[in-house]
This record gives sequence, structure tokens and C-alpha cells, in this order.
Amino acid sequence: VSSGTPPLQGAPKPHAKALNCPKCGAAITLRALGQAVSVVCESCHSILDAKDPQLQILQSFDKIISPDPPLIPLGTRGKIRGTDHEVIGFERRSIIVEDTRYYWHEYVLFNPYKGFRYLSEYQGHWNDVAVCKEQPIIDPRVSINLEANYLGESYKHFQTADASTDFVLGEFPWEVRVGEQARVTDYVHPPRVLSKETMSNEVTWSIGEYMPGRDVWNAFHLPGNAPEAVGVYENQPSPFSTNITTVWMAFAAFATALFVLMIGFEIGAKKEPVFHATYQLNRGEPKGEASFVTDTFELGGRTSDVEVTTSAGVQNDWIYVNYALINQDTGEAWDFGREVSFYSGYDSDGAWSEGSRNDSVVVPSVPAGHYYLRIEPEADPRHSTIAYTVDVKRDVPVSAFYGLGFIALLLPAIVITWRSVSFERSRWSESDHPPSPIFNTESD
Amino acid sequence: MTQPVASCPNCGAKIIFKWSSSVQTVCEYCKSVLIRTDVDLKKVGEVADLPPDTSPIQLNTEGNYGNKAFVVIGRILYEYEQGGWNEWHLMMNDGRSGWLSDAQEEYAVSFLVNGQKLPGESQLQVGQPYSWNGETYTLSVITQAHFRGVEGELPFQYWDKSDVAFADLRTPSRKFATLDYSDMQPCLYLGEFVEFEDLKLKNLRQIEGWS
Repeated sequence: VSSGTPPLQGAPKPHAKALNCPKCGAAITLRALGQAVSVVCESCHSILDAKDPQLQILQSFDKIISPDPPLIPLGTRGKIRGTDHEVIGFERRSIIVEDTRYYWHEYVLFNPYKGFRYLSEYQGHWNDVAVCKEQPIIDPRVSINLEANYLGESYKHFQTADASTDFVLGEFPWEVRVGEQARVTDYVHPPRVLSKETMSNEVTWSIGEYMPGRDVWNAFHLPGNAPEAVGVYENQPSPFSTNITTVWMAFAAFATALFVLMIGFEIGAKKEPVFHATYQLNRGEPKGEASFVTDTFELGGRTSDVEVTTSAGVQNDWIYVNYALINQDTGEAWDFGREVSFYSGYDSDGAWSEGSRNDSVVVPSVPAGHYYLRIEPEADPRHSTIAYTVDVKRDVPVSAFYGLGFIALLLPAIVITWRSVSFERSRWSESDHPPSPIFNTESD
Repeated sequence: MTQPVASCPNCGAKIIFKWSSSVQTVCEYCKSVLIRTDVDLKKVGEVADLPPDTSPIQLNTEGNYGNKAFVVIGRILYEYEQGGWNEWHLMMNDGRSGWLSDAQEEYAVSFLVNGQKLPGESQLQVGQPYSWNGETYTLSVITQAHFRGVEGELPFQYWDKSDVAFADLRTPSRKFATLDYSDMQPCLYLGEFVEFEDLKLKNLRQIEGWS
């Protein structure tokens, strides 16, 4: 396009310009030359006008506030969202909530092509922050601004507080002052936080995204490990919330499969009667001699469940039967004891009953073969003879197994839901909208 | 397109207009502000040297906006109390004139829009909504800026300004509007914020220590 005319260019400019502090004479390095508005002298902590070639003093201090060294030293470069950025400024800010001062730190990052970004850090929780280009919308129908919408996503009000700037270092793209107050309102949609900062009449919106400390350490190649994050931060993504839907969907899928399986087995089960006999227990006989064996019966087909049902017409009485299901061919035995008892009567609440005249038990996975039962009944010796019936069926469906399976599926879903709820509760306990206690604890 | 060629009435240097509709240019050598007349160039003033460049963009930077290529042919530099910003004059490859603003490396492309009803400067109020071309814009900030300098070709005469007022209007999307009160009649520019990489800029100023 240009025909012969060279582009207008002066001598190449150094990326950092060396200047001196007008107060103490210490060297001042400008890393974001031309874009920084304020720069802080590292030696006397005077805040200087970075736009002024003479570096006019904007604010100076008689006493240097105790330094709070940045975790990422000024001048460090790191890759944020694929772009190199240099740490050029650092400030410590604080809010007071119920007489306690809470501190956090902000780092100014600069790239001469892409401009400014920020990192914020509070007790090991980091956020990658940029100024919003799109205007967030606060729903005017909600009276106290409890919700904000940004790029079609809804953010919940977390906290509004007056923040003050306590300590500054390096360069800033605005006129920074120690002691400056700003009203900060945070709206959260984990892992993002939408912040509104109002200083005099200027409103600045920024959007932050949670960044684990180790990612910051990796991005800036910092030595050692990032400090451990303390507690749950306002926009920290819940390790459970993403799982919660998945877990419940998996639960629904498995529960459905289980149900289909159960129906299938219910239909497919042969419920084949293989043995039926009625016996009398003569209680006059001394105990221990009542043991006897049944006739042999055959369990055909595949290995299957075997249901042994004991029925007795007891009334305010009981019978206890010790069983052994014995394989005639191999001698393998399954021992189990069952009780049939039934009680009923009347009391002030009316009629009542307890127990049942039938008892069923399922012996799982019994191979095919020839079997017999060894039976040893017991009963209250004060009563007369008692009749009882023993039924054996093979290939019966077992609902209890499905119930267990259902609980096995339900438990992790409940545990994850519970943990997710606890996580959200600890998140919101730090906000302007703490959750009400689940259990009423005594207050003093 | 033939490029109109003339010489600087002050120093005689060759002046080439890249854009046939340019009204004003600045002589690269003697910094004379030159206005095109029907027959010749007229010197109307001089501009001081601009402060050290802070923008990676410069005259002759090329790029793309949407499906249109552009080249940077001019610049207006403004300053206000919190810093400065550049309005880079773009010649789009469809012959239109556009603007790429660069405020602390926050980039936006906008175009002059005529025929809209515009509020007077005294009527402006932060938070007030305005509708143009079916879009609602909310006035976010009024900036009193002062004209710091010009460079290259511009679509109008613009060289001896003092303080001017700008009203910035934002939307829930990337679209924005600027009301420019530097003349008797306000001007409306409608545009959108853009990402640096989306502009696919070439021929950028080299910044030492950064690639």
C-alpha cells in the first residue's frame, strides 16, 4: 500500500525505562511504559504519576507501611490464557466484616499487545480477572440486586463490602492511592465471579475465573508449591456439583436396568416346587431327639436360588426350625434356623398382631443335584402338638438382592449430594446470605 | 485505484494519499497539517511530536475486521486524566472509512453512523438508555479528553482541538457506541469490542523484549 514512504518510527524504545524517584532518588523501572498511570517507588513507597516525565509525586508516606511481599515478584512473566504477561503491580486490599479485617492481594499483569489483566489471591485461592467488555445486567425487578446477568449467565449476589487499598507496589493503569475506598459487590457463578467496583462515580465491572494455586505456580514457573487454599472460596468450583447430575443420572440408569432385570428374572423364574411335606411336632418328646431327615428331592436345571418356606398355624405361640439343606452327592450343606411366630390380641389401641404364620428364606446359588433336608424343630414345651409345613421351591426371584443393589447405587448418590450441599453451605456461610442451619442448634 | 499525489506546500516532500476520500493528512517530514482543496494542498498548521508510542499499532498496520481487510492510514491521539487512547483511522477494502480505537490495549472497531437523533452534550446522563438501529445502548461514562495530536490521513479536518467530550455507551453484548462532541454537531459511532488476535494484525510496531 505504501509506495516508498517509510513508516514513521523513532529510535527503538527500551521496554523498560529507567527513571529516578523525585523524592528519594531511587531508580524507578517502568515496565508498562506509556500505559501505566501510577508507579510506586520501591524504596520510599511514594506513589508517582507515571504519565509525567518528571514522575510527579501523587502520594507520599512518612512511614513505609510494613511490606507485604508479593508471592509473584514484580517483573515475573507467565503465560495466562496462552499469552505472556508480566507482573507489574501489586496491591493489598482489605474489607472489614464484623470487626475483622480480611486481606486479599491483587497483581497487575501486562502485555503490550493485549493490555492488562489481573490476578487476585485470598488465602491461597486465585482468580484470573479481566475488565468486562460487555455490560452486565442487573435485573431491576429484583429489588436489592440479588442477581446479575452476564453473557446470558445468571450470577448470584455474594457480598457487598467497602474495600480499602492498604499497600501498593509497582505500576497501575489507574491513579492508585493508599487508603482509597471502593464499594465492591461480588456476584458468583462458580467458577466465575462478576465484580462491580464503584469508586466515586466510576463503575468498573470485572470478570474473574477461579484458578488453582498450582496453575498460577506453573504459569509463572514459581519455585516450590503454591500455598494451600484455606476453606471454600466464593467462586471456587465445587468438586461435587459437576458430578451430582452425572451421579443421579447414572443412578437412574442403573436403577432402571436393575428394575428391568428384576422384572425379567421375575418372569423368567420357574418357581418350581420340589418338595412339600407336613410334620407334627410332638412336644412331649425330649429335646435333641426331634431331628430327622426328609426324603430326597431333586434340584434340576442350572444352579439357582432355593426358597424354603416354613408355615405353622401358630397362635400366640412359636416354633423354631433348624434346617440343613444337604447335597446327597457331595455332602455339601447349608445350615440355617427359622422361626415362625404369631401373636395377637387387644389392648387400649384396639386389635394388634405381631409376626407371621409363614416364613421364607432363600438359599442362594444351590447347584443341581439330589438333596434332602435335616430338620430339627423346637417349640415351647408347655404347649401340645404343633403342625408345620415345609415347602421347597427352586429358581425363585430374589427381591432382596435388588433392594440391596438399589441401596448400593443410592448410597454414593446420596453421599455426593450431601458433600455437594455441605460445600455450597460453606461457600455461602462467608457471604451476605449465609444459609440457615439444617439442625436447630441451641443459641446462647 | 490511482492514488492522488501532491507535494507538501511547506517542505516539498511528496505526499501520497492512500485513500481518495481523505481530507487531511500530516506531512511525515515537517509535521505540517495539510488540507486538500480542489486543486492543491493547503497548510493549516503544524502538529507537535507525538509522545513515545504506547500502542503496538502504527500507520500502515494491516488487519481484518469481519471479512474486510483494512489498513491503518491515520490516527488521532487523545489524553484524559487516567491516560490516553488512540483512534486509528482505517481504510477498509470496500472503500469505507472505519476506526480502531486502542485504549490501554482494549480494542474496538467502529463506524460513523449518520441520520440518527442524537442528544446534546448537556442532556447526557450516565445510566440513560438510547436506541439506535434497533439496539439499546446505556451511557456508561462521559470523558472529557484533550486532543493530543494527529498523524496520517483523516476523513475530516481535525488538528487544532482543545478539550472535547466523549460519551461511551455499552450493551450487554460486545456492541458499543461513542458520541463524539468535538464539533458543533455531535457524531455517532457504532461498533464492537474486538479481540487482538481476531484482527490478525500485520506490520505492528516492534516492542522490545516482547514478541
